[in-house]
Amino acid sequence: MSECIYVCPLGSVDEEILDCVTTSLETRSKMAVKILPAMGDPSYAFDEKRGQYSSKRVLKRLGACCPRETFKIIGVTRVDLYVPILTFVFGAAQMSGQCAVISTRRLDPLYYQEPEDHNLLLDRVKKTAVHELGHSMGLIHCRDRRCVMFSSTRIEDTDFKKSEFCHTCRELFRWNRNRCLGSA
Amino acid sequence: MTKMPSILVVDDEAAIRESLKDWLMEDGYSVALAIDGRNAIAMVGESEYDVILLDLKMPGIDGLETMRRIKEICPDSEVLMMTAYASVDTAVQAMKEGAFDYLVKPFDPDEVELQIKKIMAHREMRLENMMLRKRLEEQTQYDEIIGKSQVMQEVFDLIDRVAPSDSTVLITGESGTGKELIAQALHGNSSRCFMPFVAINCGSLPDSLLESELFGYEKGAFTGADHTKRGRFEMAQGGTILLDEIGDISLKTQVDLLRVLQQKEICRLGSEGVIDVDVRILAATNRDLKASIAKGDFREDLFYRLNVISIHVPPLRERKEDIPMLANAFVKQQCMEMNKEIVKISSGALRQLMDYHWPGNVRELENIIERALVIGSGNEIMTHDLPFSSNDASTPDSPKSLKMMEKAHIIKILGQTKWNISKAARELDIDRQTLYNKMNKYAIKKGES
Repeated sequence: MSECIYVCPLGSVDEEILDCVTTSLETRSKMAVKILPAMGDPSYAFDEKRGQYSSKRVLKRLGACCPRETFKIIGVTRVDLYVPILTFVFGAAQMSGQCAVISTRRLDPLYYQEPEDHNLLLDRVKKTAVHELGHSMGLIHCRDRRCVMFSSTRIEDTDFKKSEFCHTCRELFRWNRNRCLGSA
Repeated sequence: MTKMPSILVVDDEAAIRESLKDWLMEDGYSVALAIDGRNAIAMVGESEYDVILLDLKMPGIDGLETMRRIKEICPDSEVLMMTAYASVDTAVQAMKEGAFDYLVKPFDPDEVELQIKKIMAHREMRLENMMLRKRLEEQTQYDEIIGKSQVMQEVFDLIDRVAPSDSTVLITGESGTGKELIAQALHGNSSRCFMPFVAINCGSLPDSLLESELFGYEKGAFTGADHTKRGRFEMAQGGTILLDEIGDISLKTQVDLLRVLQQKEICRLGSEGVIDVDVRILAATNRDLKASIAKGDFREDLFYRLNVISIHVPPLRERKEDIPMLANAFVKQQCMEMNKEIVKISSGALRQLMDYHWPGNVRELENIIERALVIGSGNEIMTHDLPFSSNDASTPDSPKSLKMMEKAHIIKILGQTKWNISKAARELDIDRQTLYNKMNKYAIKKGES
């Protein structure tokens, strides 16, 4: 039975951030969430031309290395992620798949030359992790700007939305989770 | 459930195609992939896509040429060009040839999302416009009212002035003059034109049925009311209701209607609660309501509420100059419906049409044209295709007695209505019992012609 959600640091990640991800995923998924030992920087995913890391390659590696009883695994990294067609992504997930990854790089106020704000960073991390978990559970973007599944293409979108699912997304999440667990 | 918009991604680079697909699927779009221009053209020929994300530089058929061919197959598809080369010239060229916009690869996430949302909004607006136009064409029957006569021009002027207001209008005129078309024109040219137009023939329903039709009922309101039903007033919410043959309603229903007119609310049968209604009321009658008031059959207060503005539709005999135009319009319309070549009306037949006194008005003219087209075989409607010969009882110059004229006319109308007594009685502007009495008097039996 694969009933555990794993949080996997990719390289050095602040413990407080990992705890924040764990707590938020536990709260939203109502499932056990465990932190795995760090996997090391995703240098294999580095693209020299872009100076960024391919989220797709990270997801592929996560899928290959995750423990057998994994229900979902979420990688957390400080490196800047991209997909080929986009300039950057805050995170990425396999739609209805097992793996997701978030990057703290563009969630940090310092990236935008703003004063350090650890609470704001944690709030953004929390929202991004729940958002990617939602995708891995088959949820698509929500039209409700306040819902955590609202698409964040700018950091302002992330700041505006809440870390919770709207009623519909919550129901869909629960339904998908139960279906996956039932068939697992 | 709404269908999710479909997007076709055309790019020769697999990584680009795949990443776009993943990204767009997170937004819930249905995404298909084409590896090059040729593949894309084939796919567009088979399925319909709302948006096509098309790479400009591809081996084989390039993006511009692919777009041209796609637009030939499916002109409504919106193309968003993608290019790794930020060449303004190429972008301008693509947009000149019909691309919605262009994006420089790699995109900023919000840029691609914004562009696709813009396209979707644009498409929705275009579809909405098409639907509104269709609805408008369906609802604005103004063009269907034909008449170049002075009297009809006055009616059109009145419609122009009255339609935009919310006033109650009483439309009077003999049977078959087109009162419902006038009502539809009033609705179609008002601000309510995109809301429902509901017509009800008050004269054709017994009182109890009319009440439940107009106001609806709650489940259990009476025996057989096994479900709650909305009435016509509720159905017309926001739009217009036409109460046709208003002169035939009972005094009880008149009181109920008065309440609607005064308080703008209705009460379903069997319900305690009232429902606010925002409905423009039009009424039509072929009766002389003032005479009905004098006889005590119609409430004066209701009459004044309904008769805020009145439009009188003149009988056809008072606008004979409209007959050629009307007759030709009916010929054209019915030939198209019958899928036959449009025929002419011979000068002799037209003369007869002009001479006839048209007690059944425009509706009768329409029926006679239809009959002539069915029984006639040539490419011209001749006098012998018309139901009145030179010595026909129904022509004004007929030498026959009044009684014979009446009998012949009743037989003719019964024939036209396929012996439907209610319809025939309405056409003849008499009640069913009077029609039966006359049929007995003249010994008219079914099948007589």
